[in-house]
Amino acid sequence: MSSQIHGTQHFDKSKRLEIKFSDEVMQIAQTIINRYPKGKQKSALLPILHLAQAEFGGWLSPETMDYVASILNIKSIEVFEVASFYSMYNLKPMGKCILEVCQTSSCWLNGAEDIVKYIEKKLNIKVGETTKDGMFSLKVAECLGSCGTSPMLQCGASYHENLTYEKVDALLENYKSENKRKSYTDLDYKNTL
Amino acid sequence: MGKKLLIHNDKVPGIDTLEVYRAHGGYSSVEKALKTMTPDQVTDEVKKSGLRGRGGAGFPTGLKWSFLAKPEGVERYLVCNADESEPGTFKDRYLMEKIPHALIEGMITSSFALGAKTSYIYIRGEYFYVARIIETAIAEAYSAGWLGKNILGTNFSHDCYVQVGAGAYICGEETALLESLEGKRGNPRIKPPFPAVAGLWGCPTVVNNVETIAAVCPIINMGGEEYSKIGIGKSTGTKLISASGHINNPGVYEIELGVPVEEFIYSEEYCGGIRNGKKLKAVVAGGSSVPILPTELILKTAKGEPRLMTYESLSDGGFQTGTMLGSGGFIVMDEDTSIVKNLFTFARFYHHESCGQCSPCREGTGWMEKILQKFLNGTANESDVELLWDIQSKIEGKTICPLGEAAAWPVAAAIRHFKQEFLDVARNKKFIDVSHYNRLNKIIA
Repeated sequence: MSSQIHGTQHFDKSKRLEIKFSDEVMQIAQTIINRYPKGKQKSALLPILHLAQAEFGGWLSPETMDYVASILNIKSIEVFEVASFYSMYNLKPMGKCILEVCQTSSCWLNGAEDIVKYIEKKLNIKVGETTKDGMFSLKVAECLGSCGTSPMLQCGASYHENLTYEKVDALLENYKSENKRKSYTDLDYKNTL
Repeated sequence: MGKKLLIHNDKVPGIDTLEVYRAHGGYSSVEKALKTMTPDQVTDEVKKSGLRGRGGAGFPTGLKWSFLAKPEGVERYLVCNADESEPGTFKDRYLMEKIPHALIEGMITSSFALGAKTSYIYIRGEYFYVARIIETAIAEAYSAGWLGKNILGTNFSHDCYVQVGAGAYICGEETALLESLEGKRGNPRIKPPFPAVAGLWGCPTVVNNVETIAAVCPIINMGGEEYSKIGIGKSTGTKLISASGHINNPGVYEIELGVPVEEFIYSEEYCGGIRNGKKLKAVVAGGSSVPILPTELILKTAKGEPRLMTYESLSDGGFQTGTMLGSGGFIVMDEDTSIVKNLFTFARFYHHESCGQCSPCREGTGWMEKILQKFLNGTANESDVELLWDIQSKIEGKTICPLGEAAAWPVAAAIRHFKQEFLDVARNKKFIDVSHYNRLNKIIA
């Protein structure tokens, strides 16, 4: 599975994070691990990689993957095997807001291509690139299950559906003024996991 | 108005909460099963109902359950396949988002029948917000005693957990899903052994689609025999259809199996006809994997009978003139749609989603995408149509899992029914996307 991710130039090395979960996040990780029988803690890998990606700058650095391996008591290569297979894990630094525009059939029928072109023009980047200020990355995605409300794009946990150029303008403006990193796990996951 | 059993309450305010769901008769199947039935009786009702897997394959659910091995002292698992990723399909998302407790109720009742102490709901990663809705509902169910130890004071205890995926279509294949649930790459396993014998962590496991599990609740409530009276022949009960594309009313519809396709497309109760007064050109009736059919074959079978929304009627005529009900992802295309371009989006999808284990699929899907790209670039030759046909025929049946077929079938069907369109593009050395301008106008407006 190719994840087509580029654009490393915006990662600020001076702000390198310490790769260690806070006590609070560690507790969540432990809750996840406890869902599985003893000795099957590797099953927690996918959810914990989501947590790690959200906690450590929106991507999975080799250090982050080593850290996750140490938590689950598995080899680093087992983590990399998984991280490189699934399209939601970023193996390179990304913009704060990753815009993933669905491009499969129903979305295409309803104009996904034009939405992609519009965003490319508006942000002055191509698919797979990140804006100079590190705010936005643009990706195309395969069917996100929003065919009845197409065209659509996903940013973090949010689905933006029935897109028009005006809606795109508004959502880009919102994200810009919020100026926050968006993660799949944003939705108050700390209370529910 | 047909009968609705799954999403009849979807517009009730607060139906996503336990309180409202319960007030509308929720969890009664758990009460009935745990207090008045044995696990085998529950399985028998599901068998009698004729319920068939709603994920796409249409395998009889009761039969699948009866294959579950039950060795002494070995855990058994129920896993819910909520990795809905088939292009054109968004019904499970709708069901989970609107009525999350319907799935949890089904998980408990089904787990009781299977003797599973633990179950997992594997939700595709992109549906993170749906996973949260389900987790909230699970927490509610625990605090009200529907989950946990000694449910309703019986001996039956059950734990239900959610796991999110991370973006991989292939994890909808049941053995790939189990691999993913074990924290590995989603590479499908060679069968046998089937999950019913050696599934999650090598234990006997049943994997069922969200809609299948939710359908167990009305089956237990009304009885399998009553349920089997809904629908036609071996297509019993109701089915959620995700309708999208060039129609006036896209969305999720619950139909009684047996509604005529023509009625489904044109009736105001369902799709409401083709948008902008255009004519119908083609329909993909059951998610991207199933063969596309032109207007004349989707509305009527080759024998001239009206085509119905049933497993049997849609597949009438085999792949020569028929298709499949599949997952119920119903994609409608108007007269301006380019079948070549639509096929390209499917080919790109399958290339992206091939796990890479089997050479025919890994190489073939990429090759087909490249050839279709040539059509769009205006550099394809007429012989490329034959080449496409040749490649697809060499993927089908030669891979570990059905992704090979899923990638081959749409290509075969598009060429079978729309060969002239491919030849025209190749001869003209130019690809014109007519519908592009229509869409552009819609987006600007």
